[in-house]
Amino acid sequence: MLEIKCPYCGKRSQNEFAYGGDATVKRPNLGEEVSTKDWDDFVYYRDNPRGKHTEYWHHVSGCRQWFKASRDTATHEIFNTSSLEEEL
Amino acid sequence: MQNYSIFSLVKNAFSNHQDWEVAWKDPEPKKEYDVIIIGGGGHGLATAYYLAKEHGITNVAILEKGWIGGGNVGRNTTILRSNYMFDANAHFYELGMKMWEDLSQELNYNVMYSPRGIINLAHTDGQLNAYARRGNSMRLNGIDAILLNREEVKKMIPFADFSDTCRFPIVGALMQPRGGTARHDAVAWGYARQADSMGVDIIQNCEVTGFDVENGKISGVRTSRGEIKTKKVGLCVAGSTTLLADKLNMRLPIEAHVLQACVSEPVKPLLHNVVTFGAGHFYCSQSDKGEMVMGGDLDGYNSYAQRGNLPMIQHVLSGGLAVFPNFSRLKMLRSWGGIMDMSMDGTPIIDKTHIDGVYLNCGWCYGGFKATPSSGFVFAHTIAKDEPHELNQPFNLDRFHTGNIIDEKGVGPKPWIG
Repeated sequence: MLEIKCPYCGKRSQNEFAYGGDATVKRPNLGEEVSTKDWDDFVYYRDNPRGKHTEYWHHVSGCRQWFKASRDTATHEIFNTSSLEEEL
Repeated sequence: MQNYSIFSLVKNAFSNHQDWEVAWKDPEPKKEYDVIIIGGGGHGLATAYYLAKEHGITNVAILEKGWIGGGNVGRNTTILRSNYMFDANAHFYELGMKMWEDLSQELNYNVMYSPRGIINLAHTDGQLNAYARRGNSMRLNGIDAILLNREEVKKMIPFADFSDTCRFPIVGALMQPRGGTARHDAVAWGYARQADSMGVDIIQNCEVTGFDVENGKISGVRTSRGEIKTKKVGLCVAGSTTLLADKLNMRLPIEAHVLQACVSEPVKPLLHNVVTFGAGHFYCSQSDKGEMVMGGDLDGYNSYAQRGNLPMIQHVLSGGLAVFPNFSRLKMLRSWGGIMDMSMDGTPIIDKTHIDGVYLNCGWCYGGFKATPSSGFVFAHTIAKDEPHELNQPFNLDRFHTGNIIDEKGVGPKPWIG
């Protein structure tokens, strides 16, 4: 069981959260000229690291806020979490 | 190589089974090979076997970081099926189904192929309609499929919940009678033994640490047991694909996720088919030892750990109890996890790469085991001929740029949801 610290509610069990994927993936800005390759990279291509991974979680059965977490994909250790605006 | 038969069994019984030949050797790596396959799992071993058998390329090494068959080929739920709707998938997996039928004879190794039928339960009329459509597509591609109504399902699995009050009533099912199971370890060992007998070197405890690429062309691999020269390298490393691709400066549409499976204590014969629950993600078959072999969803977050968490086991089994309430008293024997190379459209990638002589076999998501023979067959063709077989042409890497993605489940590029 993962214990995840929601930046708003504190430590809660994994059951209250939904995963939101790699948080380093950036959508190209609206109105920006973007090549097909860059767009495809954004949609499909991932760094998929073994080790520290920055990712989105959603406290879906709690305060319903999205936030960021830094977690190890090999050990599942969660280093820290932060709101979307803060630096991790 | 010693042939396995009733006579060899009797003969060796007289010597208390002490004089069996080793099934495969343990050679030192040579300085150079024509082809190096990285990954001694089902797909890697099958690829080496078909390189030798179909293409006469026997100066081949399989480099395995741990021991052969220790990854996903030894961690899956052993289900065989080709019940796909899209043509590319249907044709590819159906080749595999045909190969399973005489694989034991071909390998002279009992892979315990058991075409016991796979039943996908439907719980709403809409779902049954969708299954009818999939079944029709399968039949148009020459694959067996039958639509079962509620009464027909009840005859096959009478102990499922057919009560009036159940949350997800069973309204029917789609069945592929030729679907079934096989003994996963035997598949790895059978391919290993035959590949070895044709001259393939199976090198275990040999981790690839880097690649030598000159002018866009592969010239060798660096390993924990020294440098080995080669002109061709095939990657069959499933969940570790990104880790090796990083060393080749190749970014891929792949995420690693952990998928768990579990078995119950052994019980008397009860479940004679493979059954999947249609209102959640749960599937089950009974092993020859009597254990219920069960699996379901990914744990739902990126992971390279070959173990998962209990909440997902609980979630999967709660789905299982919704369809089979009598499983509630089964004791669980063990659970384990494997790392899935989840591709972004749910379909594998078998292709050449931007580096001359480097070939990619990955993106198997939940379903690599059933494809072991067909994957090895077409990947060997791709390596030997330096061009894809017609069956894996649609599984090219370029599809993520051309738009020809094969999203059978319609999930989109979020593998943890699927």
